[in-house]
Amino acid sequence: MSAAAEAKPIPLIFETGQPGRANAYFRNGRGAEEFLPASALRDDLPLPDNSELDVVRHFTRLSQRTFSIDTGFYPLGSCTMKYNPRINEAMAAQPGFRDLHPFAPTDLAQGALQTMYELERTLSGIFGMAQFSLNPAAGAHGELAALLMAKAYFRKRGEGATRTTVVVPDTAHGTNPASAAMVGYKVVSLKSDSRGRVGVDELKKALGPDTAVCMMTNPNTLGLFEDHIHEIARAVHEAGGLMYYDGANANALMGNSRPGDMGFDLMHLNLHKTFSIPHGGGGAGLGPVGAAAHLVEYLPTPIVVKRGGDGYAFEFDKPDSIGPMRSFWSNFAHVVRALTYICANGGEGLKEISQLAVLNANYVRAQVKEFLDTPYDETCRHEFIASAQRLKRDTGVRALDIAKALLDRGYHAPTIYFPLLVPECIMIEPTETESKETLDGFVAALREIVELAHTDPQKILDAPINTVVGRIDETRAARQPDLRWWPPRA
Amino acid sequence: MLAVVGVSSLEELVRVPDAVALKSPLDVAPALPELELGRKISAYAARNTAATEYLSFLGAGAYRHYSPPVITALAMRGEFLTAYTPYQAEVSQGYLQAIYEWQTYICLLTGLDIANASVYDGATALAEGAIMAVNATGRRALLVSSAVHPNYRDVLRTYARGLELDVDELPVAADGTTDYSTLDARLGDQRYAAVIVQSPNFFGCIDVPPESARAAFSSTKTVPIAVVAEALSLAALTPPAAWGAQIAVGEGQSFGNPVAFGGPYVGFVASTTEHMRRIPGRLVGRSVDNRGNTAYVLTLQAREQHIRREKATSNICTNQAHCALVATIYLAALGATGLKRAAAVNLQQINRLSERVCSVPGFSRAFAAPVFNEVAIRVPAVLTARRVLEGLQERKILGGLELGRWYPHLDDCILMTATELTTDAEIDALVAALGEIAVAAKTSGSNGGVAAGAGGAR
Repeated sequence: MSAAAEAKPIPLIFETGQPGRANAYFRNGRGAEEFLPASALRDDLPLPDNSELDVVRHFTRLSQRTFSIDTGFYPLGSCTMKYNPRINEAMAAQPGFRDLHPFAPTDLAQGALQTMYELERTLSGIFGMAQFSLNPAAGAHGELAALLMAKAYFRKRGEGATRTTVVVPDTAHGTNPASAAMVGYKVVSLKSDSRGRVGVDELKKALGPDTAVCMMTNPNTLGLFEDHIHEIARAVHEAGGLMYYDGANANALMGNSRPGDMGFDLMHLNLHKTFSIPHGGGGAGLGPVGAAAHLVEYLPTPIVVKRGGDGYAFEFDKPDSIGPMRSFWSNFAHVVRALTYICANGGEGLKEISQLAVLNANYVRAQVKEFLDTPYDETCRHEFIASAQRLKRDTGVRALDIAKALLDRGYHAPTIYFPLLVPECIMIEPTETESKETLDGFVAALREIVELAHTDPQKILDAPINTVVGRIDETRAARQPDLRWWPPRA
Repeated sequence: MLAVVGVSSLEELVRVPDAVALKSPLDVAPALPELELGRKISAYAARNTAATEYLSFLGAGAYRHYSPPVITALAMRGEFLTAYTPYQAEVSQGYLQAIYEWQTYICLLTGLDIANASVYDGATALAEGAIMAVNATGRRALLVSSAVHPNYRDVLRTYARGLELDVDELPVAADGTTDYSTLDARLGDQRYAAVIVQSPNFFGCIDVPPESARAAFSSTKTVPIAVVAEALSLAALTPPAAWGAQIAVGEGQSFGNPVAFGGPYVGFVASTTEHMRRIPGRLVGRSVDNRGNTAYVLTLQAREQHIRREKATSNICTNQAHCALVATIYLAALGATGLKRAAAVNLQQINRLSERVCSVPGFSRAFAAPVFNEVAIRVPAVLTARRVLEGLQERKILGGLELGRWYPHLDDCILMTATELTTDAEIDALVAALGEIAVAAKTSGSNGGVAAGAGGAR
């Protein structure tokens, strides 16, 4: 196909159908009007009928316009875009899991309950928590659960009215303050110190009798290990607050250090990051929430328990629980994927995964620092940040332009403009599943882009040119929102 | 690689302060090669197979429907499966267009103006929709029908406790629909941000607010929120916008997603244009690129957590994109004709089930209101719902749900579901089994017990 043909817009599915092209999935039997009064029925259903072939071509072509881990290197910082083993998919697709109804009787669902139980126990061990609930659907959902638990805990202790603030470092993910707001907590933002960490003295100034929770991730989003974490946790606990661990960066930790041992009371995990569940274009994820012993009673329901003689069961009735966070028990198909991944790797394998994730990040960082500034110049963990601030001053080329130039060269862009405290930030997380050759190719592409920025910056400012569309008018998208197709007026 | 980094070992690279270093190996069994791994996990799956092979009349928010094989074949393409949120629009046009099509499908099905890229599931969609209404009105209380799915109401309460919102309930009338007789009095002081109703409701009954209720919503500026737990019903029933819902939330699992012991599913949130800037989560918009091409992009991000942090409309980041993609492909493959036929078969089979079950002496409909694909059945006085379900399970039939788990006054009622997958022969088998159970109860007055169900007693 020529480049011009490739760039031609793909018509919307609503613009391609014709009456009479319906697929024969169901018998054309009695109509709804035979069973219900006209007042209960809709007048029309303005959806197209497409032949199955046209549907196949449509979505196949859409897939070909979608960058993915399967098609290329995806160093999107804080998102842990590692390879998604296909054995996970095969396991989750088995009828005994896929077709099991959430209200199936307990005695007929023992395999599913055991799968949940074993994942829960394993996660608790790896991260040093007393117990997890597999209920929350994603990281931000797990965060929300944890903060609801903190709120319930303080309410029970009679401190609900006074403990109203949450301390969040300026390196935190945006979900942290947004989750805090959803439980009515006031957010106190904490400035990082010159080493890119939470400073204990600065933290102590922010703590007080109103402190409910301190939300942190470790390593933080700069890719740095919070080496004073013990003192931080002690200070928060002395102030009467709880420590919350954002598990987005857990891929750096396994077998090396546990949030529970660092002093965290609550945490969530993004199993779609660390445990290889496919990201699916933005979900579904799975965001279990974990608790230290003094908080397990507040975990969202249901909890899977192992009973003496009669196997596994759900516990629904827990008087101090915050209650359920979602319609049904868990994103169960993802429970299967995560347990499969854990069993495939074993304890030593998980430890090695984290070590290699750190090695790959440092290998890229050691070379990128030859041509881009890398603030906080020290060994990183699973990800690191570079800054295009000086490049922008010298050449006019920004982090955004570098990102677009990488797209032209067949790479997904790193996360850019996050964390917010680093100007022109470029956040790179290679993950452990990438080979040295892939990393070398990426570094070479990035080096070439930076060199070109100095010699012929317009070439970078014009990027991307090899993609099906060029830079998009985002202002128009926001000012004149076109969020759907409308049927032609009759 | 270690030399490039300038360290001599991996241990040196990952060293952490001694106080927080893990001293013992992880307590996780050694790695399994893939062949043995497959055997281990498959054995767990096999322990549930019986439940998937029994005749099943379970529904209640999770529905077994026919999903043509083409849907999985397309959705499982690695480009879709292993992408992430389309932050880099130039290389994500395909997925962005698919989300734009999903948003459009939800608009066309609900009759509303806009829809988001998805939330976690039906219950969280309800919670998010309620928060939209709270933000729109500045009021701190919600009025929800008792006929809304009990799990959804529980989740609404979980979220409401965080935001310190009051949640009150409207009762259920004798015909199985929401009782609006007290509505005028309750809305009078304009305390409620929203009135929340589900149709078909938890009892399967079509439950649309009458004209008088709509007038009360309007005169008190209370936001009507429609909950749709069975999305396929939208193919046949009056869409939420037609009765005045400003926000429609629901569960899209029925559109091609398996029941999978509860997830992942896909929640949707749709609304009128006036609520556009309060809608949670991702939105895809259509714009143009610098070459004049049509181009899709994530938009109105000033609502979202990564820009607005604590001032965002929601904390949601990861949503259920892939489940929404499955639903989009399902809707494209079925089209209006397929959806209407599927919905009509659901209506046909639930009516057949209802008539046939009620032909067994002592069994009757609990409610008179018309249904879509679920019906509440009252069991004979000599039996209890529990005993009937146990008797059915002994005969390899999952007969439905005991309504008494959530509604003590309905402890003699079972919620039964029939979809296009339910055959006439399966209904015959159910009816024969109910006949046997009823006869046995009359003669002996007792029945052997089997363990209780997994789900949802609160």
